[in-house]
Amino acid sequence: MINYSDILETIKMIEQENLDIRTITMGISLRDCCSDSLQTVCDKVYDKITRCAQDLVPVGEAIERKYGIPIVNKRISVTPIALIAESCGSEDISTLAHTLDKAAKATGVNFIGGYSALVHKGYTKGDRRLIDSIPQALAETELVCSSVNIGSTRAGINMDAVREMGAVIKKTADLTADRNAIGAAKLVIFCNAVEDNPFMAGAFHGIGEGECVINVGVSGPGVVANALKKVPDGDFSVIADTVKKTAFKITRVGQLVAHEASSALHVPFGIVDLSLAPTPAVGDSVAHILEEMGLECCGTHGTTAALALLNDAVKKGGIMASSHVGGLSGAFIPVSEDAGMIHAAKCGALSIEKLEAMTAVCSVGLDMIVVPGHTSATAISGIIADEAAIGMVNSKTTAVRIIPAPGMDVGDELDFGGLLGRGPVMPLSNYSCDRFIARGGRIPAPLQSLKN
Amino acid sequence: MQKAVITVVGKDATGIIYRVTGVLFQRNANVLDITQTIMQEMFTMIMLIDISMLNISFDQLVQELNQLGTEHGLSIHCQHEDIFNSMHTI
Repeated sequence: MINYSDILETIKMIEQENLDIRTITMGISLRDCCSDSLQTVCDKVYDKITRCAQDLVPVGEAIERKYGIPIVNKRISVTPIALIAESCGSEDISTLAHTLDKAAKATGVNFIGGYSALVHKGYTKGDRRLIDSIPQALAETELVCSSVNIGSTRAGINMDAVREMGAVIKKTADLTADRNAIGAAKLVIFCNAVEDNPFMAGAFHGIGEGECVINVGVSGPGVVANALKKVPDGDFSVIADTVKKTAFKITRVGQLVAHEASSALHVPFGIVDLSLAPTPAVGDSVAHILEEMGLECCGTHGTTAALALLNDAVKKGGIMASSHVGGLSGAFIPVSEDAGMIHAAKCGALSIEKLEAMTAVCSVGLDMIVVPGHTSATAISGIIADEAAIGMVNSKTTAVRIIPAPGMDVGDELDFGGLLGRGPVMPLSNYSCDRFIARGGRIPAPLQSLKN
Repeated sequence: MQKAVITVVGKDATGIIYRVTGVLFQRNANVLDITQTIMQEMFTMIMLIDISMLNISFDQLVQELNQLGTEHGLSIHCQHEDIFNSMHTI
């Protein structure tokens, strides 16, 4: 018999502390969809996605009802489209983005990720075509998400791609200026991208993955913050233990949902991503966990240490709760999607420099940061290069999802609505990095890459 | 045996257990355990039921109990027991 207080604890987590499964993401390989005709590729891609994922949303909803836990998103990730489109000779491949969008709408998912290219060491023709098409593709579709991997610990940083992506982000934001520059919120630039990430906008189905797979991303910053409220005087061993125990419980639910979805859909289980993913809702903030540890406001001195402890304890607690852990796994710090981060950025406690330091110890990188519309493409490239360097040297994933809001400046606020939230425009350095970015070429892989 | 946990929370009134067990009897769900108390005028009940002999789907039972909760101003949850087992036992 289950302990009654355990039952009530679970229900309280779901009802009052925003515990949810953030996403069930079906990874689908499109490697069998290549052809020398773009139209044939589109047809094959649409057929395969709609066939594999036809039951994804209804199965997800049935699991929500069975266990009484919300599953916020159902999503699809596909093989990086640059690889799939390469064999067809067409210069303009944005039709494929429309195909992905159509397939996503037909299956009822929230987002589809994988309009992606992996160029950490160099470009192929297909990579160039895909990157050229990103601004238009994201402006003309609703549910398609795009990512580009421009560096890795093994390969170094492709600075030509870094330079180009600064301009691509600017153009993507400009083309969607009438819709709060939403295009830029669907575009992530990675260093050390992972192949099994279930979270958007950076999800894609890696080339080492199987035919079709179910990955699950958990969440629950509110549950962790509430658990810490019960140990107001505990030292850091107590804090770490409390986070670990809570992360274990959260992850066990993720594992249960992943197994259930995998068997109902007859698709192998891939990984559980042990993430603390915030939303703009009250009581669902990673920043508030850090503040619960004793910081007056997220961004003040001590924030990086608090985040390092949190990130590590989440992984330690979660890893035993799931048979396969993967994805990004750790605490996310997207500014616009976290009520505490929004507050901290608005009151000036949280700067982009502090966020950069935090990305050295969190699960990903500079995420959902709104910057002035007049920010130059090279400044954005400089930010990408800094972030990629942190990832490359520390053998971790880092990313940049930054929104240069057209016509906006420091003091303004960009409101996306929904889970993407709202972000104050944050100031950047006034000094140029133009000559640095103009050099191009590759930053050599660091010594850490020579592990063999 | 497949089991589910029903939790009922709401303002105390007569007939709450009667109404909930009425649905369970109709749908052939056997009650295995009940605990019930009044905390600060709030009715709180946890039931463990056997759902392996249901004459409707579990999904439908969940919806019927939700409906009953809405009609009588109660918060009624019916969840498969695996979520609690997963979370609290190794």
